[in-house]
Amino acid sequence: MRIETRRRWAIAWLTGPAYLWLAVTIFLPLSAMLYFSFQKKGPFGRHASEFSLKHYEAFFTKGYLQDLMWRSLEMGFHVTGLCILIGFPAAYWLARRIHGRWREALFLLIVLPFWSNALVRVFSWTIVLRPDGVLDRAVHLVIPGLPTIDLTDSYAAIIIGLVHSYLPYMILTCFLSLQAIDESLLEAARSLGARSWTILGRIILPLAVPGLAAGSILIFVPVIGSFFEPRLLGGPKGTVIGTVIEEQFTVVSNWPLGGALSFILLAIVLLILAVSAPVLKNHMRTT
Amino acid sequence: MNQARWVVLMSEGAGRLWLFLVLLFLYLPILVLAVMGLNDSVHYTLPFAFTTRWYEDLAGNERLLQASFNSVAVALANTLIATTLGTMAALAFARYRFRGRTALQLLLFPPITIPWLIIGTSMLVLFFWTGIGRGLHAMLLGHVALSLPYVIIVVGARLASIGPDLEEAAASLGATPFQSLVRVQLPVMAPGIVAAALFAFAVSFDQFVISYFLAPPGVSVLPVEIFSAIRKGFTPEVNAISTIMIVVSMTVLLLFARLSKFGGER
Repeated sequence: MRIETRRRWAIAWLTGPAYLWLAVTIFLPLSAMLYFSFQKKGPFGRHASEFSLKHYEAFFTKGYLQDLMWRSLEMGFHVTGLCILIGFPAAYWLARRIHGRWREALFLLIVLPFWSNALVRVFSWTIVLRPDGVLDRAVHLVIPGLPTIDLTDSYAAIIIGLVHSYLPYMILTCFLSLQAIDESLLEAARSLGARSWTILGRIILPLAVPGLAAGSILIFVPVIGSFFEPRLLGGPKGTVIGTVIEEQFTVVSNWPLGGALSFILLAIVLLILAVSAPVLKNHMRTT
Repeated sequence: MNQARWVVLMSEGAGRLWLFLVLLFLYLPILVLAVMGLNDSVHYTLPFAFTTRWYEDLAGNERLLQASFNSVAVALANTLIATTLGTMAALAFARYRFRGRTALQLLLFPPITIPWLIIGTSMLVLFFWTGIGRGLHAMLLGHVALSLPYVIIVVGARLASIGPDLEEAAASLGATPFQSLVRVQLPVMAPGIVAAALFAFAVSFDQFVISYFLAPPGVSVLPVEIFSAIRKGFTPEVNAISTIMIVVSMTVLLLFARLSKFGGER
């Protein structure tokens, strides 16, 4: 019995501080925001707390908020799709065709920029994409006489910046699942006369689904919650639900509305995860 | 037969070209950023003329210097706290099977997966409401929360690869739990702990979103300062400080990669 008590104390002492910290800085704040999203007013000045659904109603009655939410989701789909198209072939080549030290070095090179400051990388795109910037000049070097390419403040610029930010995620997750495929499986298929396309479509792609799905979720969720990338690269055209939420806290001080929009966004994220979870589970069971 | 070989060669070339293009896409903007920080033109015009004046200007820029100092101070404090608390929790997970263990481990995912925008604004709401307020201390609270899950995962991975044998051997040779911890376990855990510490440093040093919402007027860290510079109009000085930031975080993460044996089999 004494050993059991000591054991309990040890667990409590070891895990307590970390989880107390997480409680105070993650879970309490989220609860506070949930509370205020159902309040008429934010925590400014003296007024009695007053329950209200008006901030959630605002989302369902104001068309432009729904449009912006849709825009953010669309942005998420575009960025995720492009990351799959660009990242999967790269991950495939790296995982299956390149070996030894080269693979290690290339892999590190791909994930390294991912950990460097995201803001700074967005900033670098504003310099590349501006008129008379590097892209403009490079294109004119190849095809002189084209009109000036100015991607400043455009949807394309936002997408380019976000794909640049999140592409390594997709390569990382696809690489891990592609690397795990047993070579003898592919050899067996080949010796039975399967063509390369058949092998890719019937063996490699299905086995890579967990990696593709994990990468997609890891990209989609932060992209629909992004705000500084659209703001810096899209300018006035970069208004999405993320920038609206940010403004409720930094400009107009309507915290309850910002909270309500945040939780609607979270609810949509959870809905998407819930819908994709069974697909993912099924897949892992059958393969 | 000849045609088949030609196809193989073609696809081989196409695959390598694709990888090269991906790397170009990832690194080109960073290179442009760095090069323009050495170009003697306020309007980023070419041809390129080498200068170090933007870096020299940094030395006289009080705001940026103060912000850099704050960034490093917060990152160091964050590293110390997050590594200590995270290692303790990882030890508990590795050593004990207890009720609620899985639940506690699952709780590490919300801080990683919920968009930072939502976490940052929630912290602003709670800290303002309870009187904790904004400032460097608030940023530190937030950065530690974001670093903790990574520390627990990285140190936990190291502990899992060591297994319980060493600890049992120490105990059977008569070591007290404390001796076993300090003389046996901590030394073998050390690479994992250092790797986690480096990662925690990078998380804090590069963190923008949380700091942005928790920075009161007049107090800032580097990313926040860079953000306001980008919005208000900037000079290549911002390129210079950004390049320094990228070099610092990439160095830290390369060290992390070496220590945690990340990437590829060995």
